[in-house]
Amino acid sequence: MTTEPGVRVEDKLFQNRYLVDAGQAHIKVKPHTKPSAALLTLLKVCPAHCYDLNSNGQVEIAPDGCVECGTCRVIAEGSGEIEWSYPRGGYGVLFKFG
Amino acid sequence: MIEERFDAIVVGAGMAGNAAALTMAKRGLKVLQIERGEYPGSKNVQGAILYADMLEKLVPNFREDAPLERHLVEQRFWIMDERAHTGLHYRSDDFNEEKPNRYTIIRAQFDRWFSSKVREAGAIVLCETTVKELVKDAYGKVIGVLTDREGGQVHADVVVLAEGVNGLLGTRAELRDRPTPDNVALAVKEMHFLPRETIEARFNLKGDEGVVIEAAGTISRGMTGMGFIYANKESVSLGIGCLVADFQKTGETPYDLLERFKKHPSVAPLIEGSEVKEYAGHLIPEGGYNAIPKLFGDGWVVVGDAAQLNNAMHREGSNLAMTSGRLAGEAIFQIKSRKDPMTAANLALYKKMIDDSFVIKDLKKYKDMPGLLHIQSQNFFLTYPQLVSKALQNFVRVDGTPKAEKEKLTLKSFVAARSWTGLFGDAIRFARAWR
Repeated sequence: MTTEPGVRVEDKLFQNRYLVDAGQAHIKVKPHTKPSAALLTLLKVCPAHCYDLNSNGQVEIAPDGCVECGTCRVIAEGSGEIEWSYPRGGYGVLFKFG
Repeated sequence: MIEERFDAIVVGAGMAGNAAALTMAKRGLKVLQIERGEYPGSKNVQGAILYADMLEKLVPNFREDAPLERHLVEQRFWIMDERAHTGLHYRSDDFNEEKPNRYTIIRAQFDRWFSSKVREAGAIVLCETTVKELVKDAYGKVIGVLTDREGGQVHADVVVLAEGVNGLLGTRAELRDRPTPDNVALAVKEMHFLPRETIEARFNLKGDEGVVIEAAGTISRGMTGMGFIYANKESVSLGIGCLVADFQKTGETPYDLLERFKKHPSVAPLIEGSEVKEYAGHLIPEGGYNAIPKLFGDGWVVVGDAAQLNNAMHREGSNLAMTSGRLAGEAIFQIKSRKDPMTAANLALYKKMIDDSFVIKDLKKYKDMPGLLHIQSQNFFLTYPQLVSKALQNFVRVDGTPKAEKEKLTLKSFVAARSWTGLFGDAIRFARAWR
């Protein structure tokens, strides 16, 4: 996705090291028909742009580039709209500098 | 997994966890520390500034082998509008002392070193292991942890929760609430690499001297937030953070904010031609004194960011983390030495010790600041910075306007933007919150 001043988050994430736990998404979005306002804010606030809309207008997550900050958890876990866990030990983002 | 029973389990190997584990292991307690990263530090993100005083209390001779970047000789505060910054710079040769007071560090490297001291002291450090939940007995006392390893329960007399600002365990076990959007900030940060000489020339540094720039103003687009630029040896840590509630309200994106900050005419020349090697995001506790949760209970204590121990006004967190970890470790050791059980009543000693320390005293001093700055973010982060910039430009630009007229114009612009009542109200509220 290209954002306003032409930043591609993907290019930023490309600098990072990850060990992806294939098939084990550590964050899940609860199935819904129409996304709530809180879910929609995740499209913009997630610093790794892990959230996007699918063709049915529902919010989806692809957590491979997740930096494990917890912002989406603070916004949407309380209402049960997302489930949030840390990746299994050793998996996820591996900061070189931090 | 591990059959034996421990005196203490520490969850997390950041500043607070390492301080707690080291304190207890040094005094002979049987300590297991569990970290989910591939090595201690690989999940930890900070600006980062290290405060020597708090580390000296844990590792007195740390300067001999700790991976330090630069010792700080200069602090710059910038109030920014779109094209300018008004700066207050403090630089002193006094900071070129034998035992410098503050250093820039790179957390992944520093934490790895810190953890080596924990191991040397005799603690067992188990990495690549995520703790899934706390284990309680029938009476609700915490008696251990459940990890994601096979047969993953481990037991201990007490569990030290050093799980960071986004710690799940305490919330899952209903020991504290999840942070709310108005008491955490989201910061994004990049590591910009440049040749050493380039950094020294651009930041006016000699040898291992370092500088810190903290910037506030229109860069946060009306949100409560700040930018930072820290000079390391061969890299510059640059980032910006704003309150999560403000991101929600405005729909701003963190990476666009970061890009705009980097393109600001005062910032761009500092990082020109750099190679970016990492992009990180992390939450910062911003709720202050009023957001501190319960710090202890039957079989557990909570330390560091997980306990919201961060001084947002002074941009201090890692020292509060280290101190809270150390005090928790000392309290546990004292209880253990008396052969007393790790009950809430006995662990209240940790609360007493931290209340008597600078940690809680400082947070108490600024307890009204988050309320003031978070609610009036438009005034403090947008209107005032613009007015200050205009006033200073008016002051320095020579264009034949008589000075008295210039001063009148400046005053008028302040009153027009905030009204006399607004100005006085802000000044009084700010002074009260500072006191």
